[in-house]
Amino acid sequence: MVSGEYLLEMKNVSKRFPGVQALKDVQVNVKPGEVLALMGENGAGKSTLMKCLFGIYKMDQGEIFMSGNPVVIDNPRQALDIGIAMVQQELEQVPHRNVIDNIWLGRYPRKGLLIDDKKMYKDTLQIIELFNMNIDPRAQVNHLSVSTKQMADIVKAVSYNAKIIVLDEPTSSLTEKETVGLFKIIRQLKQEGCGIIYISHKIEEVMNISDRVTVLRDGQWVATENTKDIDSNQLIKLMVNRELGNRFPPKNKVVGETILKVDNLSSVYSPRLQDISFEVRAGEILGIGGLVGAGRTELLECIFGLRTVSEGAVFVHGKDVLKSNRNAKYSGIAMVTEERRETGIFPMMDIRWNTVSSSMEKNRTKAGFISLKKVEKNTQWAVDAMRIKTPTLKTLISSLSGGNQQKVLLGRCLLNQPRILLLDEPTRGIDVGAKYEIYQLMIALAKEGKAVVFVSSEMPELLGVADRILVMSNGRNAGIMDALDCSQEKIMTLAAKYL
Amino acid sequence: MELNMRGMNPELVKNTKHWLMQYAIYLVLLAVIMTIVILEPSILSVRNATFILQQAAPKLIIALGLAGLILLGGTDLSAGRMVGIAGIICASLLQKPDYALRIFSNMEPLPIIVPLLIAIAVCLLFALVHSLLISVLQIAPFIASLGMQMIVYGAMSLYFDGVNNSSPIGGFDTRFTKIAQGAIQIGTFRLPWIVIYAVVITILFWVLWYRTTLGRNMYAVGGNKEAAVVSGVNTKRVIMYVYLIAGLAYALAGFLDAGRTGSATNALGEGYELDAIASCVVGGVSLRGGVGKISGVVIGVLIFQVLSYCLVYMDINPYIQFIIKGLIIVFAIAVDTQKYIKKR
Repeated sequence: MVSGEYLLEMKNVSKRFPGVQALKDVQVNVKPGEVLALMGENGAGKSTLMKCLFGIYKMDQGEIFMSGNPVVIDNPRQALDIGIAMVQQELEQVPHRNVIDNIWLGRYPRKGLLIDDKKMYKDTLQIIELFNMNIDPRAQVNHLSVSTKQMADIVKAVSYNAKIIVLDEPTSSLTEKETVGLFKIIRQLKQEGCGIIYISHKIEEVMNISDRVTVLRDGQWVATENTKDIDSNQLIKLMVNRELGNRFPPKNKVVGETILKVDNLSSVYSPRLQDISFEVRAGEILGIGGLVGAGRTELLECIFGLRTVSEGAVFVHGKDVLKSNRNAKYSGIAMVTEERRETGIFPMMDIRWNTVSSSMEKNRTKAGFISLKKVEKNTQWAVDAMRIKTPTLKTLISSLSGGNQQKVLLGRCLLNQPRILLLDEPTRGIDVGAKYEIYQLMIALAKEGKAVVFVSSEMPELLGVADRILVMSNGRNAGIMDALDCSQEKIMTLAAKYL
Repeated sequence: MELNMRGMNPELVKNTKHWLMQYAIYLVLLAVIMTIVILEPSILSVRNATFILQQAAPKLIIALGLAGLILLGGTDLSAGRMVGIAGIICASLLQKPDYALRIFSNMEPLPIIVPLLIAIAVCLLFALVHSLLISVLQIAPFIASLGMQMIVYGAMSLYFDGVNNSSPIGGFDTRFTKIAQGAIQIGTFRLPWIVIYAVVITILFWVLWYRTTLGRNMYAVGGNKEAAVVSGVNTKRVIMYVYLIAGLAYALAGFLDAGRTGSATNALGEGYELDAIASCVVGGVSLRGGVGKISGVVIGVLIFQVLSYCLVYMDINPYIQFIIKGLIIVFAIAVDTQKYIKKR
């Protein structure tokens, strides 16, 4: 094809983060007056690619062309100047300022030295009316509902008169009616010759609004198809198709009595959980799937007692544990969090203190002082049981690999002899070999009669490790399936159930 | 804060709680001041009010400059010393030509603007360095300003020691004292010039904060720096300008405060930054950045000054005065923090 045909071309884009190749040789192009949908699982690299386009991330490799001319984009200012606007998935807004101020931030119209507030108000009203939206331009942004915030950000992107508009999951919190309104706006923009890049997990929407679809998988370009030539099943297959191979150890099939029972659980603060019930039995591994933001982490946090619960109960061996004010570890629950660096390890401390930090009372002498002997004995146990590869017990945890850090955290949990293990994305940022070892440990722990609940964004992992899979959708339980009857397509469908 | 609110309209409870949170600090201070007035009714006089305004004026100018830095999410512990260095420079260059202990005894009397401009230039230079520490080296504002505080104090003391052997500088030119101590006589009422300067500067700050791009960008950088970046705002430049404006405010305040007190040593300005920060916080400028109003700063400074004046007027033990002020600052910050705690 002649390169003049495209409004925007991104060629051979690669981006590496420490430990992960986020994008590898990706290409995307957009024609004037078309909607290009960008699809892929969580972590496929869609948002990363768009952040490279908008100058938030710097690409390691690759070229960008606007109308056939090469351009360099080092920061968002340059992207805006050459006609690229973007609504990010995580909205970037100034909370305590009003809608007008947020929309015109970075380019306030002026009369002499002073800001021309009248013009700003008039221009804002004009766009809002043009698209028939219901937003008070003078409302403070943090007082708006999430969907209105999102609409305000869309107004902002449109107001740049950009040639390329990137919408990263713009409908994630819009109602159906609002989505229809947004589609009208998109069609209007198309007619004006804009190119729209539309990222969404909602397949129906993509089939409805897009002209072409580009699919990414594991940071690589998979296919670009005309939307009318493809159906939703083929699309899902393109997104998830992967060799399963021998990546998972054999499962444990012996299941005992119910240990954990979650009963009609709802939470108070956003993202809110609504009416979630399920049970986990001894020796069982329950996987929790769903999209980012569906409330999976929040569910674990509720069970662990970190979030305010409005209704419902969590029973461990029939005892309501949320009622007692004791720390969850005394109820036999242990948790490994998603953000290992932020909320898991103590990076400046060695393996010993990282291992015993949640079971200090078991490492004291009779007089109440810390016993180094006990600390070292317990750490040695964890190193052996978890097969942690470390030169010494006094090695700094931050000098270990991600997989070994994760094993230290598991060991820390197990020193409290929990009956229930909550693991949030236990294999995130870990290489393949170490993943296998973590799976082995999870299965071995289940075999010992513990109940294991883990959250994962990797569907093969859910299918390969879990006995049953609970899929969260928009803060609700969209369904629980036996892993044997389950498929990636079924998980994707359920994940979109309450969107 | 958990009152028994069972059976009440939840919306009303929520609004009342919100209102209480918003104005709790004002209510408490009002109660304190009312108590003082009841105990000591003679305090209500025009004379006292004039004194309070006169003392508040330079502090207001400092607080307005510093409020911009708090709005950015930072703070400035060097403010007091910046005021001090400006004051010392002006004092040393504006002595009476016939004063026996004149430092520059052979110098022709300077036009009054010259020493002021020199003081401003010095303060802007320090402010520029300070802003680079924050925006380029990304040092935490608390630590950067602690360092600047010591550096400025050292520089000021070297100059003070060098020119006057560390003895107080006095004998100011009458043109200087007139500017800082003079007043307009309206019948029996005496309106100090310094109060008028403070009002004018407040108006300028009002325009700057609310009606200029820099002002709005300041709120954006303090409220959500990332949002400012993706909207194409040059955050480093915004930070630099806000520091320069603060430096300008400190220089003006130093000039006026030296003139007002009639003599200067290297102790000038000591602790002013703490009063200014406390006033800002009491006035609702959030230490988390992005939230604050000029009116809040003005009210904060006035309330703090009224309180200090009353406590002195009532002859309260100065150590107890410290305790009262400390309690008020802690209370103000506690209320401010409660507003922004993330619920989960």
